[in-house]
Amino acid sequence: MRRLLVLTATAAATAFFGAPASANDSVLKLTQDPNQWVLQTGDYANTRHSKLKQITTDNVNKLQVSWTFSTGVLRGHEGSPLVVGDIMYVHTPFPNIVYALDLNNEGKIIWKYEPKQDPTVIPVMCCDTVNRGLAYADGKVFLHQADTKVVALDAKTGKVAWSVVNGDPKKGETNTATVMPVKDKVLVGISGGEFGVQCHVTAYDINTGKQAWRAYSVGPDSQILFDEKTTALGKPVGKDSSLATWQGDQWKTGGGCTWGWYSYDPQLNLIYYGSGNPSTWNPKQRPGDNKWSMTIFARDADTGVAKWVYQMTPHDQWDFDGINEMILADQQIGGQTRPTLVHFDRNGFGYTLDRKTGELLVAEKFDPAVNWATKVDMDKNSPTYGRPLVVDKYSTEKNGEDVNTTGICPAALGTKDQQPAAFSPDTGLFYVPTNHVCMDYEPFRVSYTPGQPYVGATLSMFPAPGSHGGMGNFIAWDAKQGKIVWSNPEQFSVWSGALSTAGGVVFYGTLEGYLKAVDAKTGKELYKFKTPSGIIGNVMTYTHKGKQYVAVLSGVGGWAGIGLAAGLTDPNAGLGAVGGYAALSNYTALGGQLTVFAIPQ
Amino acid sequence: MVSSVPLTRAGAFFLAAFSLALGSAASRAETTKPADPKPVKEEGGRYYDVDGAPTYNIKPDGQVDWLTYSGYRRYHAECHVCHGPDGMGSTYAPALAESLKTMNFDQFSEVVVGGRQNLGAGNDRVMPSFGLNKNVMCYLDDLYVYLRARSDDALGRVRPAKRDDKSKEITDAEKACLGE
Repeated sequence: MRRLLVLTATAAATAFFGAPASANDSVLKLTQDPNQWVLQTGDYANTRHSKLKQITTDNVNKLQVSWTFSTGVLRGHEGSPLVVGDIMYVHTPFPNIVYALDLNNEGKIIWKYEPKQDPTVIPVMCCDTVNRGLAYADGKVFLHQADTKVVALDAKTGKVAWSVVNGDPKKGETNTATVMPVKDKVLVGISGGEFGVQCHVTAYDINTGKQAWRAYSVGPDSQILFDEKTTALGKPVGKDSSLATWQGDQWKTGGGCTWGWYSYDPQLNLIYYGSGNPSTWNPKQRPGDNKWSMTIFARDADTGVAKWVYQMTPHDQWDFDGINEMILADQQIGGQTRPTLVHFDRNGFGYTLDRKTGELLVAEKFDPAVNWATKVDMDKNSPTYGRPLVVDKYSTEKNGEDVNTTGICPAALGTKDQQPAAFSPDTGLFYVPTNHVCMDYEPFRVSYTPGQPYVGATLSMFPAPGSHGGMGNFIAWDAKQGKIVWSNPEQFSVWSGALSTAGGVVFYGTLEGYLKAVDAKTGKELYKFKTPSGIIGNVMTYTHKGKQYVAVLSGVGGWAGIGLAAGLTDPNAGLGAVGGYAALSNYTALGGQLTVFAIPQ
Repeated sequence: MVSSVPLTRAGAFFLAAFSLALGSAASRAETTKPADPKPVKEEGGRYYDVDGAPTYNIKPDGQVDWLTYSGYRRYHAECHVCHGPDGMGSTYAPALAESLKTMNFDQFSEVVVGGRQNLGAGNDRVMPSFGLNKNVMCYLDDLYVYLRARSDDALGRVRPAKRDDKSKEITDAEKACLGE
């Protein structure tokens, strides 16, 4: 194993100088080709930006539906299709069907893969049976099923090359996330934060499925893969930095799940991702900072050892999972170009860090409604440097068990959930789908039973008061300054991943089912089309026979499908902002459809 | 023992599924409409209907009994992630404020204890078994009473503003159930 690692590391280093191709080359090369879309995130940097520019601000209003495909499944459709060469790969929510469609033959099905999974996994997947899609590398398509089985499929035939089981649904372990192929490994995460799972990231050999390393979010150094060089905010974290922040062995049911997105910097050889909430939702029951839940991790891609970490929400009291994507972009800050990482957290702060060192550069609210903290302490000499300054009134820890803490913004689903943002190097702006929802939160004591929900708080959510009445915004963000550049109000949370293009057009979907195109510079709406069901999928683009297409999955559901189905609160309750309280079920219904758009000749 | 709940799992898996269609209140004949919700008996802060099933007691000024309040809290921790706020349903689980119009306490208990499956048509729906989950089983009466009040429109889509105090009997029973 060790020998193999050394060999591939050498190969990767030499590949940079044009030596023979190594395993990771296929992904690096394909992500640089805008005609294809081989990772859910578009590229390793998670920019979701395409260099394609046939569709522009001038002609996008001529967009029409080119072709469609029904997935045969009626649950929440997250993620997007992939395009590799002349084949499109489409995935579905549970039962996680994979279709290979022939773009040369009007989308004819080349092969279909339907795994057999025990349906008892369904209710263990908190918040619908979504799956955020496939990844492609080295002639294989990778699927991470709901029941945590990771499957490598031959891209041409759909035959199983290998499979491996990553977790146990009977203990509350499930999967909703995509995987990320990096060099000779495939990285996979796990869900189960509401079931007291001790979560981890695992690397499997891309050719055999053999486990290479596993890094937990919480636990002893040997499990979280920290060493004496691991830093937080520029300082070594010291020995057993996680254990010291938990009472007794509570870390064993500590959560810190890893169901979000992964990014990779080939130059630094680091992978980046965030960890989720500590279990339970009742903060009184787990004293301490609960490290390293709610944390941005930078780990060595070969060994998994942590280079640096940054905990955004120490001792979470609101379920602000830190799993949202890390977008890697080089930006001019303070007169010099910095290798930055930009992250829009559930907690409502947009963070800009130096991705090499983990230095915190910017942390500002990306929704003015955010009220649980006044700011993040940026004073390097302060004892609370890097920590959010929590407002007592909105602290469910301070107010305690059996007390209903009211008017907290954002709600537990965050100012932004997993729906990924996009970055345009042309405008230097980030395009962020957001939620504009607040909550009341009442923690109380719960007991832990393996494989059973371990929640411990009562929630009620409502549109942000004193605003436009809607439950979402689509914003453009300057991550150098930490400022909103423009903001489009939306009636419902924007639960669809954005796509930025070199044509100056930014695309996103809405819960009512609209695909929208806006001007990247101004946010002006240029086009919209209502697809058959609400959109919680991510917009992607590709070319076929020289022509640019834009594709998106429709199929309402996910966490957005809770409450929004019937409306979050009673429309007659007299809380104001009538429009925002309307039920989503007045606009759309269940579906599962791919819609592909193009400009007619 | 929690209450009068039959903690047997036998039979639960054979319960015919209702229609779980989104927004549909329809149910088949296998379920039974509960009795008149009017309480005929009070015991240590708990109220019972003529059939001996737990029921709510909401005073004209809106003050609710402890179980209705407790059920509101437990519902919005354990159940709402699938069944939506206030028992209104979601895109993947039925609205219990509708279902309970035609479902008595025993039938409700059997589903919670044993779970149920409704597979197929591209929309697989599965309710887990909560029989071993103390955070649910110790509050089965509470959940039923709250949802019963919602299904009768005796309680709106609101957090109960006023409530009875928690009785010593309820406190003792909770502790015993949780094994504290």
